[in-house]
Amino acid sequence: MTEGVKNEGGCPVSDWATDYDIMDEGYTTNPSPIWSDLRERCPVAHSTRWGGSWMPTKYEDIQKLANMVPALSSRTVTVIPPDAQLREELIADLKAYGNESPPITADPPEHSPFKRLILPFFSPRAVAGYTQMTEDLCNDLLDKLEARMKAGEPFCDGAVEYAQQIPPRVIAFILGIDMKRADEFTRWTQDLLELGQTQPELRRSARHKIRNFFYEEIAKRRENPTEDVISELLAAEVEGEKLSDHQVAGICNLLLVAGIDTTWSSIGAALYHFSTHPEDRARIAEEPELLPTAVEELLRFYSPVTMARKVTEEIEFGGAEMKPGDKVLMTFPAANRDPAVFERPDEVVLDRQQNRHIAFGTGIHRCAGSNLARMELQVALRLWFERFGNRFEMACLEGVTWAGGQVKGPRTVPIRLL
Amino acid sequence: MRITVNPNLCQGHNRCFSLAPELFEVDDFGLATAVNDGQVPAGMEEKAQLCIDNCPEFAITAVEE
Repeated sequence: MTEGVKNEGGCPVSDWATDYDIMDEGYTTNPSPIWSDLRERCPVAHSTRWGGSWMPTKYEDIQKLANMVPALSSRTVTVIPPDAQLREELIADLKAYGNESPPITADPPEHSPFKRLILPFFSPRAVAGYTQMTEDLCNDLLDKLEARMKAGEPFCDGAVEYAQQIPPRVIAFILGIDMKRADEFTRWTQDLLELGQTQPELRRSARHKIRNFFYEEIAKRRENPTEDVISELLAAEVEGEKLSDHQVAGICNLLLVAGIDTTWSSIGAALYHFSTHPEDRARIAEEPELLPTAVEELLRFYSPVTMARKVTEEIEFGGAEMKPGDKVLMTFPAANRDPAVFERPDEVVLDRQQNRHIAFGTGIHRCAGSNLARMELQVALRLWFERFGNRFEMACLEGVTWAGGQVKGPRTVPIRLL
Repeated sequence: MRITVNPNLCQGHNRCFSLAPELFEVDDFGLATAVNDGQVPAGMEEKAQLCIDNCPEFAITAVEE
């Protein structure tokens, strides 16, 4: 292990209130009993693993903490800190060029103009314009899957062969980059966000690859402007000033990475759910109009994203004494299982009517792509059900693997047709 | 029934707009406002309540007349 990211996951957890391990396999696959226990006896837990952090587990607390801006800063939002080498790089870049990936890594007052810059690309109106493309893409993928399974293949991987194929192509379409390189974009994203959590060299190299890729795309458009998001960003002004290449590359990096891993994880989790829950599967096959409500419930139950904030002043919160430099996890998935807010929180209730979930975060850092993610989820599932109806199921439960940490989602979902 | 969206709380989740596009409009930033000065047409009270109960920012409220 490289210095700075010591093997903090090496030994078993002694007490989850004081020694939790967010990369623990048990936590990744079934965290709710742990959160339940912590809400009762230590609602803001602490651990020194993975660089040290505080972990709130109550909905109300997470709402409050997410809105304590900038006392809790977004300058660093990764749940696992970078290793020493990447940390130095990030500090040097920050000094030379400014904020890494605004708006996600920015606090007020810097945050708002950058957020307003990217929100129109993901407004309900804009997203409606990406729906047809997403439908065509999903139908194409389903054609291939169906043909192969009808030709005798015993099962397909719903995570890799369907869920994972959709978001990189949609975000590539929006950004105006080559959709044929989608597999590469997925690999970079996985290296950065998932494997890079425990393999710092992958995280560093993925960061370089993504940035260099966008520097090239930017250079092409400085020569010949095109009609896409990158060119729009190059033409845009924030507070009367054009953006630097570093800023545009940072924003593009954010849009690419945030658009891929999270949505893929949600689509995969939904397929996992329906392939393992015959009653819910039958219900959606019968009542596809329930899908928009069901999607919100699946987002609540399988919330993929945990973010982090950095403490900038002394804060006493729920018995926790937070000091400047400490990290606080934005445990949105835990908030979404809080029995104080959700009846039967550990059950998927497809027609749950009152569902104030915060899977997309809360406060000023609400996920800018939430409308896009919701559309992709709905289209991907609607077309899946139109194609296969109730005629599919889990082929091998032992074969399902989950990624955790910053983004939780199934990485293999073996499905067979019935 | 009359509803209002607090512009200081709304963060553009668009849960209300997806549930009841008849009752809200959203701008390019996703920020919602209640249409028709928040007056909820007869028969749509339940839907309006649903929007109140699903807002992650607690931004929508029923106004006491």
